[in-house]
Amino acid sequence: MKKIILILLTFVAMTSTGLVLASGGEHLEKANINVDDKASLQRGVKVFTDYCLSCHSAKYVRFNRVATDLGMTEEQVMGNLNHLGTKFGSTMTAVMTPEYAKQAFGAVPPDLSLVARSRGVDWLYSYLKGFYADPSKTTGHNNTVFKDVGMPNIFWKQEGVKKPIIEDHDGEKVVAGVELVKQGTMTPEEFDAMINDLVAYMSYMGEPNQSYRKSLGVYVLIFLVVLFGFAYAMKKDYWKDVH
Amino acid sequence: MGQRVNDLMGWVDARFPLTKMWEEHLSKYYAPKNFNFWYFFGSLAIMVLVIQVLSGIFLAMFYKPDTALAFQSVEMNIMRDVEWGWLIRYFHSTGASAFFIVVYLHMFRGLIYGSYKKPRELVWIFGVLIFLALMAEGFMGYLLPWGQMSFWGAQVIINLVSAIPFVGEDLGIWVRGDFVIGDATLNRFFSLHIIAIPLILIGLIVAHIIALHEVGSNNPDGVEIKKNKDENGIPRDGIPFHPYYSVKDIVGVVVFLMFFAGVVFFIPEMFGYFLEHANFEPANPLKTPEHIAPVWYFTPYYSILRAVPSIAGSAFPGVIAMGAAIVVLFFLPWLDRNPVKSIRYRAGWYKILVALFVVAFITLGYLGTKAPTDMRTLVAQICTIYYFAFFLLMPFYTKMETNKPVPERVTMK
Repeated sequence: MKKIILILLTFVAMTSTGLVLASGGEHLEKANINVDDKASLQRGVKVFTDYCLSCHSAKYVRFNRVATDLGMTEEQVMGNLNHLGTKFGSTMTAVMTPEYAKQAFGAVPPDLSLVARSRGVDWLYSYLKGFYADPSKTTGHNNTVFKDVGMPNIFWKQEGVKKPIIEDHDGEKVVAGVELVKQGTMTPEEFDAMINDLVAYMSYMGEPNQSYRKSLGVYVLIFLVVLFGFAYAMKKDYWKDVH
Repeated sequence: MGQRVNDLMGWVDARFPLTKMWEEHLSKYYAPKNFNFWYFFGSLAIMVLVIQVLSGIFLAMFYKPDTALAFQSVEMNIMRDVEWGWLIRYFHSTGASAFFIVVYLHMFRGLIYGSYKKPRELVWIFGVLIFLALMAEGFMGYLLPWGQMSFWGAQVIINLVSAIPFVGEDLGIWVRGDFVIGDATLNRFFSLHIIAIPLILIGLIVAHIIALHEVGSNNPDGVEIKKNKDENGIPRDGIPFHPYYSVKDIVGVVVFLMFFAGVVFFIPEMFGYFLEHANFEPANPLKTPEHIAPVWYFTPYYSILRAVPSIAGSAFPGVIAMGAAIVVLFFLPWLDRNPVKSIRYRAGWYKILVALFVVAFITLGYLGTKAPTDMRTLVAQICTIYYFAFFLLMPFYTKMETNKPVPERVTMK
């Protein structure tokens, strides 16, 4: 028994170091998302298809699957989200052709199907909110979590103008944060909510089964607990004559 | 009805030793009655093998071993389009890590109860061979999703082959089938992963179990139960594996499945340890990730590799050390000179040495997941020295132990 406790403690210790390790790197703001909130996902997919899909693709994501999972009709999806008018069952391609994107940005913007899994939702949230005015850049903007990023600040109209707060760290100039100098068409709260919806949708898109996976897991564990009761009783019964 | 079954069994037994095998390996295989927690991991390893084979069969129906299609076949077809594909994939990815957890604990059991000692040397050696085959299986399987870590992890390991003096370069090309990791590499790794290594693995497991059932199982007291038999020739401290341990192992399997399902359904990435974040990006030979770490189960040995300083710019000494760290396990039965098997009756300071070994091994594993710094390299070097000293100094220190008296019969504590 002593040993079992020891092993469980080790397991807990390893899991918690895992948590600490996973959160390493630059300081990120926490995304406040809920992938079970279909209204939030529907708002998010609208932002995604209106803005992100102009240049990026989500080539593993099918429109009809999004419709089913997010509770939308075919008409809603084809009318509001599928701007290229491709088939209902097709995957999300960028409006911009890869050739044009290469000319415009020097590289084809990455596919976003799995970006929430490779970068993490907090990174996405911080990145999308991390743009600030930097006249030295061709796009006019730089980013706090992705320095010298090639992507322009597509939400500048909504967000307004941000300036970097530059601190002097032993003679080295470091961007410590950003401050809003001119509000856009949205208040900061409205803008945060929009980015949250967008990140929630991207998280859903990274693993469309995640909500179902967790809800199914609860039933599997309940079944296993019941099965454990029977298995343990059977073992006890067989072993009652072993001393 | 009963008569019919008996007739059928008689017919089969006259042609195939079914009843004989059933009795030899299950209903009349007498195992010590004092198995504890540590004795669950052998049957659990078989359980995980079954999970891996079954899930692997279904994954292979949809997976495409082609550099242009592999990533998509996993992340789009299997994870999104195939009914229940995501679940089967998580079974397989979690099963890979579970296999190593179970096998590491199984090996640790052997270490603390002296299960490698006479007459079980071959059981141990087959076991280490299984461990080696499992590492090959895990390494080749990890390339298949064709993510960034698949590619760059394989790059690092195959480059180790190239570090061998004189023949290294050619050997590397021979292993890859190309000058770089590409389609040829992916195809051969797929073939080896789903046919060659599993065949070897299953053959070795059969040999492991046959050797075990020939000599009989050890137990936490390290007492040979065959030395004390009753008038029917049955060990007094033995109980038939079936039904006693079959029903007990079912309990172990259910508890294991709770942990397994907990990971599969709630944390399949295990915070980037079971499924690394960078592996959700397709392999890009032109973009080296900032930090390349092998999957967690290789990191103790990867740490040993990095801890050894290179000579004249060649990482070869590290490669040797990494290989030696595994090869030394084969010699364990002859390195340990203490006649007492179980740690229960060995010197108190030996228990501390074993505990420190566990700490060193876990520390090496942790450091292997991190980018090296001077401090980390120093700690890894100390742990590496301890790892080797623990084994190589055994012939000397195990002779100096003052043992406690070993009981005649097994104890039920």
